[in-house]
Amino acid sequence: MTQFLTILLDGTSYGMVLFIISVGLTVTMGLMRVVNLAHGAFAMIGGYIATVLVLKLGVPFLLATVLAAIAAGILGGLAEITVYRPLYRKGELPQVLLTIGLCFVAIAALTFFVGPTPLPAIVPAWLDQMVDIGFRLYPAYRLFLIVVGGLLAFIVWLIIERSLFGARLRAAVDDPQMARSVGMDVSRMFTITFVGGCALAGFGGAVGAGVLPLEPFYALRYLVYFLIVVAVGGMGSFRGSLVAALAIGIIDTAGRYTVPQFGGFLLYLLVFALLLWRPNGLLPPKSVA
Amino acid sequence: MTPITQNPPAAVPAQSFRPSMLWHALPWALAIGIYFIADGYHGLGTNIMIWILFAVSLDLALGYGGIITLGHAAFFGAGAYCAGIFAIHVNNDPLLGLLVATLFAGLLGFITGMLILHTRGETLLMLTLAIAALLYEAANHARWLTGGDDGLSGIRVAPVLGLFRFDLWGKTAYLYTLSVLFVWFVIAFFVVRSPFGRSLDGIRQNAKRMRAIGTPVWWRLVAMYALSAAMAGTAGALMAQTTRIVGLSSLELLTSGVVAVMLVLGGERRLYGAFIGATIYVIVQDLAGAISPFIWMFVIGFLLIVIVLFFEGGLMGIIDDVVNRLKGRGRKDQRS
Repeated sequence: MTQFLTILLDGTSYGMVLFIISVGLTVTMGLMRVVNLAHGAFAMIGGYIATVLVLKLGVPFLLATVLAAIAAGILGGLAEITVYRPLYRKGELPQVLLTIGLCFVAIAALTFFVGPTPLPAIVPAWLDQMVDIGFRLYPAYRLFLIVVGGLLAFIVWLIIERSLFGARLRAAVDDPQMARSVGMDVSRMFTITFVGGCALAGFGGAVGAGVLPLEPFYALRYLVYFLIVVAVGGMGSFRGSLVAALAIGIIDTAGRYTVPQFGGFLLYLLVFALLLWRPNGLLPPKSVA
Repeated sequence: MTPITQNPPAAVPAQSFRPSMLWHALPWALAIGIYFIADGYHGLGTNIMIWILFAVSLDLALGYGGIITLGHAAFFGAGAYCAGIFAIHVNNDPLLGLLVATLFAGLLGFITGMLILHTRGETLLMLTLAIAALLYEAANHARWLTGGDDGLSGIRVAPVLGLFRFDLWGKTAYLYTLSVLFVWFVIAFFVVRSPFGRSLDGIRQNAKRMRAIGTPVWWRLVAMYALSAAMAGTAGALMAQTTRIVGLSSLELLTSGVVAVMLVLGGERRLYGAFIGATIYVIVQDLAGAISPFIWMFVIGFLLIVIVLFFEGGLMGIIDDVVNRLKGRGRKDQRS
């Protein structure tokens, strides 16, 4: 029982990190129909910036993560305007390659400036302790991740489901042509969404560094997980990405704790089967369902 | 959609001799010439040719078949592990090992192709990724068979045809790889010009229409995917036999990415694009890697961005443009 609850908590906190990073990717891939393999790079950049701020300049942890999110958002906006925009009209292969190219450049740049060794996780003292949660002592850091992830999920839900911008966004995901023809500035919406998604990724990379350790190949190593969240949840589906991220976090954790000899095998097998069964993911938006 | 004019005009029968056909001899003449002058670089040359073979195989699936994949390393790695394990446990004849590895990878491509090729776009991309990831995990955990993350070592390969021993300088490996590459290239060359290859052009451009005129679209795609997988398996097997070690990296996402990068760098759907792309990639990696392993990543990443944004045909596309301009006719005239 204790082990079951531990898996559930570990999986949920891990899933929350995946969610924070991937939700932007889900929305941008759903909205812009662009295969974006560079999303992990923005998370990585966010994580690196936060770590350097904390370790070298002594900036407080929370402030550093927010600054990292802002920086990742700005970089994302610049990338959207300069390299992503010409990409929307191209096929999947150019999209794949250009975004891999961006990953390479990001990896090279971070290694050049920070170095090739993995970075230590920045967990502040007030999170680096055990909390009694009834049946066992549990790291405060992981509880913090669950709370922050839940909070962000709620905020994103508010924006998407309860604001005018969100209503427009949903309309544009479901039918971009129609959205354009009723006068929405879809391309500005692209930029804003992209900035938001990258900022979230940067934040996720920064707060989640204790779960997904930062190293130069972060952008490619964990990319598969982010893409799985998007594909399993259904592109462009906010609810889908939350469900998928938590499910993946819990299943992967359960697999690693109970049958370590199979490692990630179980997860990939499930993803493979699920995508054969439902090619558009668990909860696809109306446009593709 | 890419215009059909990128292929040679179908009206010209392949048999009739034209002086421009002599160009086809160029890469092979170069490869043989390099054999005699490049002392100490035979290993690098072998490596380049293996990557060329791998990139040509991807050109078949991705360029000609239009099958969007990020998991081609699955077949490369499968071929490599199969050849290595076969040499250690069953028989260390290189040609037999090559054949077994090729068939194994081809069969794997056939089975997975049947499962996934009814999907398209991002879903297909994810499925190919998942297959490669599955194989990676399997190879990582089947330590007793594959050596896990230590890699598979202790591969000993018998002399080719019982005559040519793999020497320390890699001269045999060079000629062996060159011959295998040549055989596969001839096969690929004729396949893409066959009616089967032409039907894939049609499927890539408009699958619905091809289905409407009675082409068995799914079977054609599966066949091309299996052929491409077999070829990638050969490339992997060559890597295993010439380096005598197989690492988990042969199944990595990065490997799938790198081979796609090579293909697009050179220019897809021209077979020779793979030659230029792989050669430049490996040489840049070798040169820049000597300074710092991360400089080549920067250079390649930057090149990719520039090529995708500004030169869609890759380096071969640029060469074509220059040649056409020298001949005094732009691409547009050629099209009309």
